[in-house]
Amino acid sequence: MTEIAETPSAPAPSLTTRLEIVPVVLFTAFAAAPLLAAYSGAEGYVLSLLTRVMIFGIAAMALDLILGYGALVSFGHAAFLGLGGYAVGILASHGFEDALVQIPIALAASAAFAFVTGAISLRTKGVYFIMITLAFGQMLYFLATSLAPYGGDDGMTLASRSLIAGSAWLKNDFTFYWICLLCLLGAYALSRSIVVSRFGRVLRGTRENAVRMEAIGFRPFRFQLAAYVISGIMAGLAGCLLANQAEFISPSFMTWQRSGELIFMVVLGGLGSLHGAIIGAAAFLLLEEFLPEILHMASFFLAEETRAHLAENWKMVFGPLLILIVLFARGGIMGLLRRPHHG
Amino acid sequence: MAEPLLELRNLRKSYGALVVTDDVNISVQPGELHAIIGPNGAGKTTLIHQISGMLPSNSGQILFIGEDISQLSMPQRVERGLARSFQITSILPGFSALENVALAVQARSGSSFRFFGNASRENDLNGLAMECLGEVGLAARARIPAGLLSHGEKRQLELAVGLATAPKLLLLDEPLAGTGHDESQRVVETLRRLKSRLTIVLIEHDMEAVFSLADRVSVLVYGRVIATDTPERVRANPDVRAAYLGEEELV
Ligand SMILES: Nc1ncnc2c1ncn2[C@@H]1O[C@H](COP(=O)(O)OP(=O)(O)OP(=O)(O)O)[C@@H](O)[C@H]1O
Ligand SMILES: [Mg+2]
Repeated sequence: MTEIAETPSAPAPSLTTRLEIVPVVLFTAFAAAPLLAAYSGAEGYVLSLLTRVMIFGIAAMALDLILGYGALVSFGHAAFLGLGGYAVGILASHGFEDALVQIPIALAASAAFAFVTGAISLRTKGVYFIMITLAFGQMLYFLATSLAPYGGDDGMTLASRSLIAGSAWLKNDFTFYWICLLCLLGAYALSRSIVVSRFGRVLRGTRENAVRMEAIGFRPFRFQLAAYVISGIMAGLAGCLLANQAEFISPSFMTWQRSGELIFMVVLGGLGSLHGAIIGAAAFLLLEEFLPEILHMASFFLAEETRAHLAENWKMVFGPLLILIVLFARGGIMGLLRRPHHG
Repeated sequence: MAEPLLELRNLRKSYGALVVTDDVNISVQPGELHAIIGPNGAGKTTLIHQISGMLPSNSGQILFIGEDISQLSMPQRVERGLARSFQITSILPGFSALENVALAVQARSGSSFRFFGNASRENDLNGLAMECLGEVGLAARARIPAGLLSHGEKRQLELAVGLATAPKLLLLDEPLAGTGHDESQRVVETLRRLKSRLTIVLIEHDMEAVFSLADRVSVLVYGRVIATDTPERVRANPDVRAAYLGEEELV
C-alpha cells in the first residue's frame, strides 16, 4: 500500500517565462565574465576559478538529473569525475592526447560503469541505495590509489592539455573557458529537454509514486537506470574537463567527500531545476574561495590576531554556514529566487 | 457460459500464520460487474493486490483471458489489460489531474524512451486523457495539481487513471470510500455507464451501490469465499446474513 507524500514537489518543468530569466542571466554572466576578467588584473586566476565553477556545474547538474528529478541520492557521483579524469590522464600517458579519442572513451567508460553499478544499486531503495553508491565510489577510489604506474596516491601531472584534432587550442585559457561554457550549455540544453520529455515525465512520476507508475504499466527500473547512465556520462565529461583544467589527476577527484560536495551543491542551489545546480556549484566554490577574505573583512572590529585566526580557520564557519543556508532557505537558492513571484 | 475473462483458482496468501486469502475461487465473466463484499479485514484488498500483481500469492493460479498470469509483474499485467484503483488514494500529487491521466495514456502509446519534445504538450495524449477525465466528471479540474483536489475528486481521478490504461478488466478497490453523497452518486452513475463496455471487479462497502450495480456478488469472510451469486440470492443467503450479523448495511 502506498502512502502518498503530500509534500509540494518541484514544479513541473514547464517553468513560467518569468523564471526563465534565471538561466538567461546565468549564462550571460558566464559569457561576459572573460571580457571582464581582462580588466580585473588577475585574469588567469578569475578564468581558472570560473572554469572550475562551470565544470562542477556540469557535474552537479548531472547529479540533479537523478537526484532532483528521480529522487535517487547517489553518494558516489565523484567516481565519474575520476573516471573521466583518469581516462584522459591514462590515455595521454600512452600517447593518445587527442580529445576526439579521449572523450568518447571516457564517456563510454562512464556509461559502462553507470550501467553496471546502476543496475545493482537500483535494486535497493532509500538509505541502501545511498550506501551502495558510496561503496562503488570508494571501490573506484581505492582502485585509483593502487594504480602505481599512474601515480597511485599522489596522482600524476598531465604533460599538457588535450589536443583537439591535433591542435593545441586548449592551451589557451580563454579557448578552454569557451569550450567549458559550450559543454555546460550543451549539457543544460540536453537536460532541459530530457526532463520535459516523455522519458523525463516517467522519471518524475516515479519520484512521486513508483507504485502508481507500475500500476499504469511502467517499469520504473528501466527509466531510472537510463537516467543514471545519462547522468554518469555527463559527470564523466565534467571529469575530462577537470583533468584538463588542473592538468593533473589524482584519486582526490573521487573521494567520498567530493561526492558529498556534489550533493551539497545541488541542494544548495535547489533541487530539480538544473540551473539551480549550476548556481549551487558556483555558490559553493566561490564561498570556499573567498570565505577567508570575507571573514577577515567582516571581523574588522576584532583584534588583528583574532581576525587572522578566523580567516585561517574559515572551514569552521563554512560548515555551519552551509547548514544554515540549507535549513533556512528551503528549496535552496532557486527557492529564494522563486519566492517573490509566488507570494 | 463463455470462457471467463478472469479466473482465480485456489488462490491463497498468508502472512506467517495469518491466512489472509484462503483457497479463493472466483470466475469473472466478460462484461459483468462482479462485486466482492465482506467485513473489514476479510482480505478483499489483499485479493486485489494478488490479482494486480502487487503481492505474490503463496499458491493458486490467476488466469486472465485463458493465460496464467500468476508469475507476471504488475506492468506486464497492465499491458494485458488489467487495471486497478487503490483503496488508499495513490496518485502523483505534484502532477496536474490531466498529467496523471496523460501518463497512463502515454504508457500504452508508443515508447516512453523519448528524450526530446515536451510530453505535456502532446495533443493525442492530452486528448485521450481529457476524454477519461470527462468520463468521471473531472474535465473542469484538469489543470489542478492532483494533490490539491478534494478527497472525492482524487477518488474520481483514480478511476480516470484506471480507464486511461484502456483496460479489459478494471479492479476497483472501494471507489466510494470517503466520498460525500453527491460525489458517490456521480461515481455510481459513471460505473453504470462503464459497465456496458468494461468488465469490472468492484470492492465496495456501500451495499446500496453494490446491489444496484452488480451482476454477481462474491462474499469474502476471513479470506474465504462463502457465496457467489446474484445480488438477490446473496442477500437472502443465510450464511451471508450470519457473517454480517449485527451489521445493518445488508438489511
Ligand atoms: N502486510 C501485512 N502483514 C500482515 N498482515 C496484513 C498485511 N496486510 C494486511 N494484513 C492483514 O490481512 C487482513 C486482510 O486485510 P485486507 O486489507 O485485505 O482487508 P480488506 O478486506 O480489504 O479490509 P477493509 O474492508 O478494511 O479494506 C487484515 O487482517 C490485515 O490486518
Ligand atoms: Mg480493503
